[in-house]
Amino acid sequence: MSGLERRTAFSAWVFLAPALLLISAFFFLPVLAALLLSFTDFDIYALGDLGRLRFIGFDNYQRLLHSPLFWTALGNTGYFVAVGGPLSVAVSLGAALLVNARLTRYPGLFRTAFFLPVVTTLVAVAVVWRYLYHPRYGLLNYALGLLGIPPIDWLGDPDWAMPAIILMAVWKNFGFNMIIFIAGLQNIPTPLYEAARLDGAGVWAQFRHITLPLLGPTFLFVALMTLIGYCQVFAEPYVMTQGGPVNRTLSIVLLMYEEGFRWWNMGYASALAFILFALILAGSLLQLRMRRSAPP
Amino acid sequence: MPFGFPRLCALLIALTLLLAGCDSTGDAPVTVKFWAMGQEGEQVQALLAEFERRHPDIRVRVQQIPWSAAHEKLLTAYAGDALPDVFQLGNTWIAEFVALRAIEPLDARLRGWPPAARNDYFPGALAASRLDGQTWALPWYVDTRLLFYRQDLLAAVGFNEAPTTWEDWLQAMARLKTLDDAERYAIFLPINEWQLPVILALQRGATLLRERNQYGDFEHPHFREALVFYLSLFEQGLAAPVGHTQVANLYQEFANGAFAAYISGPWNIGELQRRLPATLQSAWKTAPLPDFAPPTGASGQAAPVGVSLAGGASLALSRASPHQDAAWKLLEFLAEPEQQARFYQLTGDLPARTSAWRAPALAENPHAQAFWRQLQRAQPTPPIPEWERIAQRIAYYAELAARQQLSVDAALAALNADTERILEKRRWLLAREAAQ
Repeated sequence: MSGLERRTAFSAWVFLAPALLLISAFFFLPVLAALLLSFTDFDIYALGDLGRLRFIGFDNYQRLLHSPLFWTALGNTGYFVAVGGPLSVAVSLGAALLVNARLTRYPGLFRTAFFLPVVTTLVAVAVVWRYLYHPRYGLLNYALGLLGIPPIDWLGDPDWAMPAIILMAVWKNFGFNMIIFIAGLQNIPTPLYEAARLDGAGVWAQFRHITLPLLGPTFLFVALMTLIGYCQVFAEPYVMTQGGPVNRTLSIVLLMYEEGFRWWNMGYASALAFILFALILAGSLLQLRMRRSAPP
Repeated sequence: MPFGFPRLCALLIALTLLLAGCDSTGDAPVTVKFWAMGQEGEQVQALLAEFERRHPDIRVRVQQIPWSAAHEKLLTAYAGDALPDVFQLGNTWIAEFVALRAIEPLDARLRGWPPAARNDYFPGALAASRLDGQTWALPWYVDTRLLFYRQDLLAAVGFNEAPTTWEDWLQAMARLKTLDDAERYAIFLPINEWQLPVILALQRGATLLRERNQYGDFEHPHFREALVFYLSLFEQGLAAPVGHTQVANLYQEFANGAFAAYISGPWNIGELQRRLPATLQSAWKTAPLPDFAPPTGASGQAAPVGVSLAGGASLALSRASPHQDAAWKLLEFLAEPEQQARFYQLTGDLPARTSAWRAPALAENPHAQAFWRQLQRAQPTPPIPEWERIAQRIAYYAELAARQQLSVDAALAALNADTERILEKRRWLLAREAAQ
């Protein structure tokens, strides 16, 4: 290394140091501590006296894999991601297409209106939706009644609680992805559409052969962010149902929160966090691979 | 540039010195930090002016903590070494804070009290804060659960007074169900609560846990009978299979007769007085919980009051506090019968000291009098840190059984297995203690 290179490297490190220091202190160190914690039975007794802490190896992980509650939570989270994820992407794409269409008047107004739920406090949203879902006075059941459908106990029926949560979550979140899709749509050069129309392509053919392929990178980004975000679903069930009825809306992160901060089983909760991390990593890698191997 | 860097530094140093100088002036009053929850935190301030007048050398700084976050906040404060000098503790949390070694035993200080003052507490209240032979907290207010019911509806089915046995209640509830065409449940029992199954089990004589609280005892016939009775209320359609979250407005439902009875605590006296229309104010009443009639052939009668849960909150001293003497004075002040009676008027929280109940506001309130009778027959839950966790499992399995997704025996076996796992660490600690 020449003297100049060495000096450049040195100044690079100096400039990076504050950021690296902050990331190490507030991210890598806690993550490392959590990893160590996941091999102990750190709980309320250990908090009072570290002499009551036991190193238990992979016991937490083993107990988790044998716990029916973990599998329930995993199943619920999977349900939420599998149904809510695609639904959310589809709704945001649809909304983006509508807002971006040439015929739409006041696109700014609609964009803002659709984006409003994203910036609204979830707790306020939950209060309103609880009324919408109310089995007796709810607007939703009133509408169903007009169609002659008997009332549904949305949040109380174990089979309907998760669909109800998904519906609310999609309504609350689709605005964000919609904005990203609109940006993607506006990046598609209009001459392509003009050329396609001259060749006699219809609306559907234009969508299928121009819009979708050119939205590819946007799609990947949106799908990945939605997957990661939806895997960590917490606030919606936490404020709407607290995981009930009979744990049918208990998500992995909600379970982690309960174990960690309610019962103070930090070791067990840390193990759960690392399992969730592994699952999200695997899901993201799989998605990236699928994109790459897909024909252009 | 108005300030050069050196000048700015000098200014900052001067300021720091000035502030430090202020801090160390001789007889500055001691500041006692006090955390109280929800309503209590808001209302207790009204009592403190008198305390500060009597103790000019002590200042109290109250911080109000919402109940929903209180437990987590206290635990994180302990972990971060930031507990206040005095704090309110739900009685079921005392065992946990003893295990954490976060609170100071009070026996040495209590010895200075006249015996009459110590005996003035409800017996269940002081017992709830005793553990390992020591008193860890001073009861602040007591709490129990009993029946709130619609007297007018009950009279319509031929009961002029609340029945005192479950057998009579079953009859009344069955008649209430068919009283008229209105869509009605006899009683509202939130399907995801553990309290009533546990109360019924205590009434049946169950002990819940066994062998120094090291194992669950839920497959015991006493507990099983109680659960079967509880489930029958749902099976017969007397109680709706719904949780708290599905009832948008409890008071509205109670007012329009969607259910005729509800098991709840003292805070609902004030709520019902505020929220029910004036025309209904003479229609609702409180009554102690019923008891099971003795089996046919056995001698004796059912007790006029069935067992309920002893709850409430206490005040504890932080072990790490540098101002324990001043903090103890605050505890003693809040324990005075006059302050307890005033606190009742401010919050509706029932005094833990029996002599405070002579205040007219309590002695002449028929709703409160039912609580007085109920409090004579109240039992605490097992005093172990793991109890709330176990209670949560009871609620979960009771709900599964009530929704008929699990048979009674399967639910009880699973409950015992879960409890055994939750108590594993406790067994290890006790075994280690015994070996030493």
